[in-house]
Amino acid sequence: MTVLPYPLLTASLLLMWMTLNSFSIGHFILGAIIATVASWAMAALRPAKPHLRKWYLLPKLLGIVLYDIVRSNIAVVGIILTGRTRTRRSGFMTIHIELKDTTALALLAVILTSTPGTAWLEYNSSDGTLLMHVLDLIEEQEWTDLVKNRYERLLMEIFE
Amino acid sequence: MNEAATLPFWAEIVVSAFVLLGASLALIGTIGLARLPTFFERLHAPTLGTSWGTGAMVIASMIFFTVTSGRPVFHEILIGIFVTVTTPVTLMLLAQSALHRERAEGNPDVPASVSRTPAPDSDPNEA
Repeated sequence: MTVLPYPLLTASLLLMWMTLNSFSIGHFILGAIIATVASWAMAALRPAKPHLRKWYLLPKLLGIVLYDIVRSNIAVVGIILTGRTRTRRSGFMTIHIELKDTTALALLAVILTSTPGTAWLEYNSSDGTLLMHVLDLIEEQEWTDLVKNRYERLLMEIFE
Repeated sequence: MNEAATLPFWAEIVVSAFVLLGASLALIGTIGLARLPTFFERLHAPTLGTSWGTGAMVIASMIFFTVTSGRPVFHEILIGIFVTVTTPVTLMLLAQSALHRERAEGNPDVPASVSRTPAPDSDPNEA
């Protein structure tokens, strides 16, 4: 067993520890011990280790997602406040997802859930079918393009 | 609050703008939760609060405490991260139980389970 099985996790835990307490030598040492022990505990659980292939694309993904969340926040606020129920059609739709990496799928679920207007409902891992619900389903193809081209392609580049 | 008195004017404006934005989004999300007609539509409303509702509050808090304490305070960002990462768990649980209930009742508007029917484009009316 290596000393640091999950360097990124250890670093994040240490950073989190110091953010919550203070940036001092004492808390650096205490935080480093706790983070290392925690990463050993994580290794004992033997989770599937995600392979970040192009980690430098993560900020790009974050930017796109934050922008989309702002946009869909505005859209959903508009729908709720104007209360237009007759012109709007909400509905279910299925998408075929080619992503297989579990971390990437988890990220996709977080993205689709945090974006108001789309909700991840059911996923079948054997054939990659995702059932989602969309609040404003004007054009199904548009939503498919959004998930497939905007998120999935980037996630595939990062993880697969 | 004593710290609030030491806040410069520009920071007062920025902090109150973010607090108002976050509070409004949470309020609108709650109104949507009460007013939207079906359960699956109501699922979307609270995500206003969990996305930019939380985000704006967290930003306001970070600016306020950074300015008043004179050192960078950003541990609030952890709240944002954990809310974002844990929301899908709750939402999927709620959605799956709702789907189960609707299917058990034979609601024709709800599509068949994707984990049981292999065909992804199965007719929802057959459910």
